Amino acid sequence: MARNEPEITPALVAEHGLKPDEYARILALIGRTPSFTELGIFSAMWNEHCSYKSSRLHLRTLPTKAPWVIQGPGENAGVIDIGDGLACVFKMESHNHPSFIEPYQGAGTGVGGILRDVFTMGARPVACLNLLRFGAPEHARTRHLVSGVVAGIGGYGNSFGVPTVGGSVNFHTRYDGNILVNAMAVGIAKTDEIFYATATGVGRPIVYLGSKTGRDGIHGATMASAAFEADAEEKRPTVQVGDPFSEKLLLEACLEIMAKGCVIAIQDMGAAGLTSSAVEMGAKGNLGVELDLDMVPCRESGMTAYEMMLSESQERMLMVLRPEKEAEAEAVFQKWGLDFAVIGKTTDTLRFVVKRHGEVKVDLPIKELGDEAPLYDRPHVPTAPAPVIAPESVKAPATNAQALLRLIGSPDMCSKRWVWEQYDHLILGNTVQRPGGDAAVIRIGDGPKGLAMCTDVTQRYCEADPVQGGRQAVAEAWRNITATGATPLALTDNLNFGNPERPEIMGQFVGCVTGIGEAARALDFPIVSGNVSLYNETQGRGILPTPAIGGVGLVDDVSKTVGVAFRAEGEAILLVGETAGWLGQSMYLWQVCGREEGAPPPVDLVAERRNGDAVRALILAGEATACHDLSDGGLAVALAEMAMAGRMGAVVQDGPAGLPAHAWLFGEDQGRYLLTCPADAAQATLAKLAAQGVPATRIGVTGGDSLNLGGEAAILVSDLASAHEGWLPHYMSAAPAA
Amino acid sequence: MRAAVLLFPGLNREGDAMRALEQVSGAKTTLVWHAEHDLPAGTDLVVVPGGFSYGDYLRCGAIAGRANIMHAVRAHAARGGLVLGICNGFQILCESGLLPGVLMRNSNLKFICRMQHLRVERNDTAFTNGYAARQVIEVCVAHGEGNYTADPETLRALEGEGRVAFRYCDSAGKVGGDANCNGSMNDIAGVYSAGMNVLGMMPHPENLIEAIMGGTDGRGLFESLANARQAA
Repeated sequence: MARNEPEITPALVAEHGLKPDEYARILALIGRTPSFTELGIFSAMWNEHCSYKSSRLHLRTLPTKAPWVIQGPGENAGVIDIGDGLACVFKMESHNHPSFIEPYQGAGTGVGGILRDVFTMGARPVACLNLLRFGAPEHARTRHLVSGVVAGIGGYGNSFGVPTVGGSVNFHTRYDGNILVNAMAVGIAKTDEIFYATATGVGRPIVYLGSKTGRDGIHGATMASAAFEADAEEKRPTVQVGDPFSEKLLLEACLEIMAKGCVIAIQDMGAAGLTSSAVEMGAKGNLGVELDLDMVPCRESGMTAYEMMLSESQERMLMVLRPEKEAEAEAVFQKWGLDFAVIGKTTDTLRFVVKRHGEVKVDLPIKELGDEAPLYDRPHVPTAPAPVIAPESVKAPATNAQALLRLIGSPDMCSKRWVWEQYDHLILGNTVQRPGGDAAVIRIGDGPKGLAMCTDVTQRYCEADPVQGGRQAVAEAWRNITATGATPLALTDNLNFGNPERPEIMGQFVGCVTGIGEAARALDFPIVSGNVSLYNETQGRGILPTPAIGGVGLVDDVSKTVGVAFRAEGEAILLVGETAGWLGQSMYLWQVCGREEGAPPPVDLVAERRNGDAVRALILAGEATACHDLSDGGLAVALAEMAMAGRMGAVVQDGPAGLPAHAWLFGEDQGRYLLTCPADAAQATLAKLAAQGVPATRIGVTGGDSLNLGGEAAILVSDLASAHEGWLPHYMSAAPAA
Repeated sequence: MRAAVLLFPGLNREGDAMRALEQVSGAKTTLVWHAEHDLPAGTDLVVVPGGFSYGDYLRCGAIAGRANIMHAVRAHAARGGLVLGICNGFQILCESGLLPGVLMRNSNLKFICRMQHLRVERNDTAFTNGYAARQVIEVCVAHGEGNYTADPETLRALEGEGRVAFRYCDSAGKVGGDANCNGSMNDIAGVYSAGMNVLGMMPHPENLIEAIMGGTDGRGLFESLANARQAA
């Protein structure tokens, strides 16, 4: 044991986030007291963030396969086949804890991390999305966090040069102490040039690439695996600092040496930095790894083995290169001005050995570091069912027009233009459907193929009924992609929950995973990558269960996709799907009646699939001129959004007799879409839908400058737009709370 | 037409520029690495594309403006050769001394990406002959530092010599007010050199060359360059 290293005491073990029984497991595994650096390594590998120890058991139940899935969960990102020899590589990941502590850097490095996951696999990133959840608007920190997170995401993605094309921003008091920043990246690779983390061959050089190692982000993953107490601010040193310029250079250099055939295995240094990347490469390839830390490029002098192994400095990669191509690879990195250093080699010992100043600091069994991580079947209790709220029992608004204006001007449903105008969403010149619609659509290269993508979850549904909420999150992503005309292919999930050691929180997790699995199976929409973020809890109060879903779909010809905007005057408006007027957990109930209550709308997966497949076929046949899915706020909000996007009004008739008008207009029944088509084609379109057993009715006609909802006073589309566009800029420019 | 597209570390819209040059101008393009000393033989047009050269960590364009290749670009411009700088490219041209003025932080202190109307101030240049004079076009902006600033003397000279290429305006062509997205002096979105052969502009015509991507108003600039080459 080296001098000046702290003695391993129960207190030190606890500080490393390891429970006494976990420490006992370490002692049994290695048969001696670990060194200080080894303790740090166990803490990095066995924390929740890296080991998925509370979630693994349940994640195994998710469907991850389909004929088009090339790589499911377990690699840096998921990979699906999109034809023509191309693959789409994508993943979503959270940077929640760091973004709360330091919003600009936390969010920026979240984007950087997920981009690295994608290009590590040989893909060039073509789009970014995100899903953000902030505390109540009136909370003192919210404005500061929104401002910093949005600037941080833009600051990184804009500089890196990838369009940020979609996302979701919501507010709720349950995120006051734990915001969510989930970033998704999508890239394109050739199917026969995908790179993995598995090292092969004994005695091969292990090469360190990218930026230098500093003392930032030490214990970042451990911090992300604990609940916040009142001291969140003091954790700032655990937040990494991003450098998008270096990342852009790293991208270009990595893709260049991959194209030259230099790379055998590659792994980015993300959570737990050098430790987890080196262990993963070796363990996956059934090889040992020996590192000499004296060779690691450092930003500051005097770094210890402990600090170097746990640093989460950004924009770094580890690779195993073909020995005969080493010089060629080094020249590429020199051209891009990046560090390149051979820092170790693969061995046949299955040991993870780390040396510093000639002294062995770490000597651990490499496979057990990952494989023997604790696995918990944590106790879980299902969420008690919430009562079903009958539409008749919900009070009607003063006028439906007022209720609509209130909804589209509410924090969750207002226009997020203030956010996405800070993201370069047009770079690369392939953005066909821009932010603000159902799903974004980008063309792949010069086309005509394209990808549709979106991020979704309705956390208040998940809180009330985790299983239905999990289903709904998947169904909504599937529906959003369908509404553009694209075929949903696969999804990535980012499961954000509170403290899994509480049985009711674990119950939410298990319920949501169950619902996600059911919907993914029914919709042929497998999970190919994902991330779990637990312990989103501050001083005992957890977030709403938020299993974010990032969906990706494919369309053969982007010119066939449609947007949400009304296109022409006098077109028929068709409502597809069943409307029962479900108001439990609706935005209407929350925003207009002030009640967050009831059971959420059930998701009928058979109807979902049937309705969606029929709608997509109509769009691709050129029979729909616009399409929008119905979600938060129901029919009236969807109509308003189509009207605002098209700067054109509509006249809509009353709902069915017996259904209260506000339930018709604001109910959130699932599996529904609005379509427009030329008036003279409406009959034929309805007949076509009826023949497939898809419920659909003609509910109105486009045209004029106002939205006329069933006989009430019409609302000018320009008034809708000012309510919709006004809230966020007004909120952000208001004086910060004292 | 032969176009040399410069590449500095951190630029990221070089592909967008090359696509427009190839598809609209019919140009043959070559990427030229910043460390080179010479432009390819026969270069008609030098394009400095957008992005974040050197991360914009010093002043935007400050490091790139002093790169090796910029000596060759200055010589090319001095011979009357055409130079186009877009976004970070405009900033680089200002820093290199090829254009006057400087691009400051947007007045709202935020990065702005949105569609933007521009008024084409004159149509007798190599860059705008495909537009009508005073035509209003719609392209996009995507920048954090596009607030054009110059001393009064420079501004007077630019205005007096007709060297303002584009101004921010609304859809009716009215300049000023909210139509000025970044606080630029005199609503300036682009300026010419004294010889009218160097143009720097913040907006991105290269991203608006196809109807499916939201518009084709950017094509005029690339068609103009092709016309200018034919006339030469």
